[in-house]
Amino acid sequence: MANGMTNIVDQQGKGRAGQGERPDAVRDGSGGGRGGKAGKGGGERGRKREPLPESALAAAAAALAPDLDAGVTPRPDRLIEYLHRLQDAHGALFADHLAALAEALKFARAEVFEVATFYHHFDFVPTGAEAPPKLTVRVCDSLGCAMAGGAELAASLATRLGAEVRVQRVPCVGRCDSAPVAVVGQKPVLSADADKVAAIVASGEREEALPDAIRFDAYRATGGYALWEAVRSGERDADSIITALDGAGLRGLGGAGFPAARKWRTVAAQPAPRNMAVNIDEGEPGTFKDRHYLATDPHRFIEGMLIAARVVGIAGIWIYIRDEYAALRRLLAEELDRVRVEWPDLPPIELRRGAGAYVCGEESAMIESIEGKRGMPRLRPPYVAEVGLFGRPTLEHNLETLWWVRDIVERGGDWFASHGRNGRKGLRSFSVSGRVAKPGVVVTDAGITLRELIDEHCGGMLPGHELYGYFPGGASGGILPASLANVPLDFDTLAPYGCFIGSAAIVVFSQHDQARLLAENAMEFFAHESCGQCTPCRVGTAKAAGLMKAPEWDAGLLKELGRTMMDASICGLGQAAPNPMQSVLRFFPQEVGAAKEEGAA
Amino acid sequence: MNAADMIRFELDGREIDAAPGESILQAARRAGTDIPHLCYTDGLRADGNCRACVVEIDGERVLAPSCCRAPKPGMKAKAESERARASQRMVLELLRADVPAETEKADSELAHWCGELGVKESRFVRRENPAPDRSHPGIAVNLAACIQCTRCLRACREEQVNDVIGLARRGVDTMIVFDFNDPMGTSTCVGCGECVQACPTGALLPAALVDAPGVPVATPSRSRGVFADEPVTDESGALTATGTSTSRAGTASAASAALAPKSLSGEDASGSATGSIAPAREASSATRAIDSLCPYCGVGCQTTYHVAGEGEQAKIIHVVGRDGPANAGRLCVKGRYGFGYPRHSHRLTTPLIRKPGIPKSVDLDPSNPLAAFREASWEEALDAAAAGLARIKAAHGPHALAGFGSAKGSNEEAYLFQKLVRTGFGTHNVDHCTRLCHASSVAALLEGIGSGAVSNPVRDVEFADVIVVIGANPAANHPVAASFMKNAVERGAKLILMDPRETPLARHAHRFLQFRPDADVTLLLSLACVIIEEGLTDEAFIAARTEGFEAFRSAALAFPPERVEPITGIPAETAREVARLYAKGPNSMIFWGMGISQHIHGTDNSRCLIALALMTGQIGRRGTGLHPLRGQNNVQGASDAGLIPMMFPDYQRVSDPAIRAKFETLWDTPLSDKPGLTVVEIMDAALAGQIRGMYIEGENPAMSDPDLAHARAALGGLDHLVVQDLFLTETAMLADVILPASSLMEKTGSFTNTDRLVQLSQPVLPLPGDARPDWWIIQQMAQRLGLPWNYAGPAEIFDELRHAMPSYAGITWAQLERDSAVIAPKFTEDGPSYPVLFEQDFPTADGRARFVPVTPLPAAELPDADYPMVLTTGRVLEHWHTGSMTRRANVLDALEPQPWCSVHPDDLAAKGLGSGALVRLETRRGAITLEARADRAMQLGSIFMPFCYVEAAANLLTQPALDPFGKIPEFKYCAVKLTPETIIQT
Repeated sequence: MANGMTNIVDQQGKGRAGQGERPDAVRDGSGGGRGGKAGKGGGERGRKREPLPESALAAAAAALAPDLDAGVTPRPDRLIEYLHRLQDAHGALFADHLAALAEALKFARAEVFEVATFYHHFDFVPTGAEAPPKLTVRVCDSLGCAMAGGAELAASLATRLGAEVRVQRVPCVGRCDSAPVAVVGQKPVLSADADKVAAIVASGEREEALPDAIRFDAYRATGGYALWEAVRSGERDADSIITALDGAGLRGLGGAGFPAARKWRTVAAQPAPRNMAVNIDEGEPGTFKDRHYLATDPHRFIEGMLIAARVVGIAGIWIYIRDEYAALRRLLAEELDRVRVEWPDLPPIELRRGAGAYVCGEESAMIESIEGKRGMPRLRPPYVAEVGLFGRPTLEHNLETLWWVRDIVERGGDWFASHGRNGRKGLRSFSVSGRVAKPGVVVTDAGITLRELIDEHCGGMLPGHELYGYFPGGASGGILPASLANVPLDFDTLAPYGCFIGSAAIVVFSQHDQARLLAENAMEFFAHESCGQCTPCRVGTAKAAGLMKAPEWDAGLLKELGRTMMDASICGLGQAAPNPMQSVLRFFPQEVGAAKEEGAA
Repeated sequence: MNAADMIRFELDGREIDAAPGESILQAARRAGTDIPHLCYTDGLRADGNCRACVVEIDGERVLAPSCCRAPKPGMKAKAESERARASQRMVLELLRADVPAETEKADSELAHWCGELGVKESRFVRRENPAPDRSHPGIAVNLAACIQCTRCLRACREEQVNDVIGLARRGVDTMIVFDFNDPMGTSTCVGCGECVQACPTGALLPAALVDAPGVPVATPSRSRGVFADEPVTDESGALTATGTSTSRAGTASAASAALAPKSLSGEDASGSATGSIAPAREASSATRAIDSLCPYCGVGCQTTYHVAGEGEQAKIIHVVGRDGPANAGRLCVKGRYGFGYPRHSHRLTTPLIRKPGIPKSVDLDPSNPLAAFREASWEEALDAAAAGLARIKAAHGPHALAGFGSAKGSNEEAYLFQKLVRTGFGTHNVDHCTRLCHASSVAALLEGIGSGAVSNPVRDVEFADVIVVIGANPAANHPVAASFMKNAVERGAKLILMDPRETPLARHAHRFLQFRPDADVTLLLSLACVIIEEGLTDEAFIAARTEGFEAFRSAALAFPPERVEPITGIPAETAREVARLYAKGPNSMIFWGMGISQHIHGTDNSRCLIALALMTGQIGRRGTGLHPLRGQNNVQGASDAGLIPMMFPDYQRVSDPAIRAKFETLWDTPLSDKPGLTVVEIMDAALAGQIRGMYIEGENPAMSDPDLAHARAALGGLDHLVVQDLFLTETAMLADVILPASSLMEKTGSFTNTDRLVQLSQPVLPLPGDARPDWWIIQQMAQRLGLPWNYAGPAEIFDELRHAMPSYAGITWAQLERDSAVIAPKFTEDGPSYPVLFEQDFPTADGRARFVPVTPLPAAELPDADYPMVLTTGRVLEHWHTGSMTRRANVLDALEPQPWCSVHPDDLAAKGLGSGALVRLETRRGAITLEARADRAMQLGSIFMPFCYVEAAANLLTQPALDPFGKIPEFKYCAVKLTPETIIQT
């Protein structure tokens, strides 16, 4: 599958952490000594170590075998894939397995260890230590699930399921419309309670069934891929495609909102080879729209992706999907195989599996992760459009942005732009969760207000709940009070209130909730998910979370700290992390014993 | 710098010019504004993670890290605006919160910047800090002081490329780890200490510094940002004998004067230490910094020794790498932590004379020389030493005497020593350990290209596309050189490693050819065959600059890789690929070591390497050439200066009457016309009773020679043996008179590294007790043998040396003092130096290089039913040569305290053994017992062991068969038998 990647990967520049291209990653039998087997100690002093047991060499070999069987020379950038295979096969990453894997890949031990311990879905087991229980039940405790009793569910499961099962509280698993959510192995339990989860545990069911999506033939039968065929044959020229996107005003829907047409033009103007990276690492608490689109109509996205690759002149495509979307990954893998059969001359497409790291949704962190490294965001400049994946100019898009391409081109940019209200243009996909009667993905006008959204699309508030406030853009977009429920929701419109719409994840809360607890939950989330690279975020999120536990907040210090986090953090995670905390000080000061601020609603 | 290239921008309202490639931070510093910074330090890649250096840039939404941002013309940046300062301060306060002041070193950069920006007590709650890790004998780890700036990681991985340090976990749990978060002492750490040198706060410190009571924890780190005047060079020049403007002592007699201290406190360190929340620890004046050289390998690292105490109490506390041409501030574990030996309790400090009636044996306890010797005055000892030699000369003639000089001594000492043997003894029987290292390489090089020196310096790897390393383990034996090779690989060069044993560089190699022991000539011929067959030769180069190619061509064509694959064990396809890579380059460079030279076909090996370079034209340019990696710190200089039996200084042949006449004039004495004997030949002659007296300076043939039983018998049977050394070595145990000598730490002298770089040492410590400078001892011996010598010191000796050696004629002592390093050859004072040789022609009679055809020959002793395995010897990272120095350096000996051998686990399993088992190794010459380490780096049927352990001396086993041209013994191959050893507990 990834054969064609080799050429592209070989041209990569030197990585930031000194992990550039590895010379001849895997020993290929070129050394013809009689000793035969791979495996030295990893350094001159390694001689003092016991040689690795045969079982470890076998485990590492098995982790690499699927690549070799597929005719792919194991590569350092696929390290996380190999770690998954070890974790899946053995239930954890055992020290000697990792050492053997490092040797086989010509990595130093530290290089493997630092990657393995960056991702929460890997469990490293030091030599002599006990392995974790075979089964893990992950219970979401991010915003929506927290309001729905996620923490209590986790606590009760921990006692009920006993020592054979590990219960972990984890950040958002992307199913906020069915809160609270627990995940047994890889099987999500929606609207979970302890009985439901215990039953699943007992049943032995560990995998989620494939969603009932529109598959290739059905999609094609209703006109799907006609546009792609037209673009492919040259019937549709690249310019007209970009012009349509321009006319629609399509912006990046992962959260940053960068105009899509401008991005395509910029990358297309860079020297070849150019790479493409698709972000399905949907991890912002409250966000589940990409899951919705992938689970229902995956080919609309794939077609958009192929068109983008064609128009921009892409040499290779990497799709990065979060580990929590296991069934979607299987679905996507199947459909991509189908597409490759249909059009064998496509650029190589590699599907990559995340491993539990919110920060990998940040575009440059995702690139680092695809390169097999810790998901630490890069400093900019240079921008990923210029120097991105494997050092090449890179077109990076969120799934939804590509999902809209076909409709916009077929119906015309004007069609898309004709939607919108309150002076805004276009369609937005709102992931609505929290205290509303009908949570879910709502595709509607950009610029709709929260009040309109709840009333027109969500069946109003839950019985017994009155609107108290809402997160307009997931955990990082800040918090607005009920008094600002009439502000148009769109890019740029929330800036005056210290908020942003981001991925349009609307988390609604009521008089039964406290803004400060939700803000604290958000800050804990950021502290948990900070990559740890820069001081303001690594230390700042932890210190802020600590300060926010005080009954009365030290508003002065928190504001000072927040300013530095926003000003001096490397990436959006640290820059946005203070938003909910600052929103509380601004809009809900009474909850934290702070003085009402000027400009507060 | 062309002013037109400068980028003008505005910083805090002031116009500043940045050079292309400079960051805002660098440009600002040049203009006198030091922006706070922690994760940035000169020499390491800017990472921009600490955010202490953020500045406000007009038009940008957020602040930018000035260490990573290039100024643009017209850019307006503010480092001192309220907004920028607020973040700079907050970053410092966040770090301040977590790092307890008492864990910081005195010159902590965090404390410094907190002081500068007025950050006092932090308002945040401290994190939970880990306990200190004291598992490594040389490095103290205390991550409580860690600010996760990753300078140590970049030093470990991007500079030294040892890849031990990682940044693990994430968020507030982000931590610096060694391997799998192992204790540093049990990790794969190679102890280079680069991380310690890079750490800004003291989370990593020299253990000696932490343990030394009363010594301030101050390690001037590499950042010139904080300490603009790094207290590295002492200013005691005025106190030295030569009174030059540099810090060097002119003569050894000025040693103690040169130790005048320059405090580390004062303007340098106290600024940070006295910051309001810095530790109360006072930066006392207890240490001073003295520039000198590393005493170990041929890389030639420049060092700064930090010394505490006066006189007898003077003690080296730690060592920092200096920015020398060969090391660029880097050191390895030996250079960094191997400084303890000059003050080891075994150090000889009084002349010794053998007590009558004590038989000569190597069973003495080196801590108790008085069991066999009595103390004597210098007068008495020198008289006895010289008289014994004079007696033999009178009775048996000059050729009954011989001398071994030392590749660890200076050029001046080597020059004096060979002059003493040639003019005082009256024979050319003078040699040194290069005979055991690179004699075959030198023989082949002289024959082929007319010069035994390396053609290009190690750091030419920077210009190489393909780097071939064969029969060398630079990661252990030339670690700093290896670091530059690894840097080249990271840059994109392709490393081709060829060795029967998988050494650490294999991980960085594009191709690793683990050929079968003894198949080296065959393998190299097969590479030559591919190059010829596939038309990859450089015909123009061959035609214009070489001769004899036709004969070599026919010899090589008989060895296509497909045919020899069963012999070499290397797949033909791989051999072909490697041959093509080397030939096509564009620039390809070859390094080799003792794996090539220490065979009876060592000269043939080198001839093949020379032929590969010549047939492809891979010589005479930057990034190409031939580099036999020199072992000892002055093996190049000792050879240059004439410690070679058939050559006068500068490789001028003894057998050439014109040359002889020249030296007879220079030295004003008649000279023998008979080339002398080599090391092993001298031993044979001694055993045969032809050589009866010897003077051995700083060498330990009773450990380093092959077939030690034979060598020890030869030395023990001498009528008179004078040994000049630091310790009661195995050789000294067989002496009649022992003269206590000087270590590099106590002397002034010039040393020539593997790159032909001549550098000066200067005294760091005073001579202990009654020990004396080696040049002084040699001169005293000369005077007693009737020579009218009266040199005032090294400078005067060097001046004579350069008049005897055309290659050094242009180098003056004053220039060495001024420039720290001068490249030889330099023929005239005004002329150039030649880092790259043979650009135009070769120093042969007709200017052409010569191909010499070779045919593979088997090793002298092949495995058979009685001795079924192959033994190869070598070195280990932590120990030097015979271990006489490093085993007396506490940190190094703690790291590798016991003898061991490496065996493939399957070979051990076949004997029912596992790793750590005690085994007996036996050859036709001897047997030893030691620990076996299971190691898949070994081929089946092969055993490797280091020769540094007196308890299990490898050379009791090795065999003395000689290469016919280089007269070098075959240390790298003999037949051996491994059996389990049962310990009898007593």
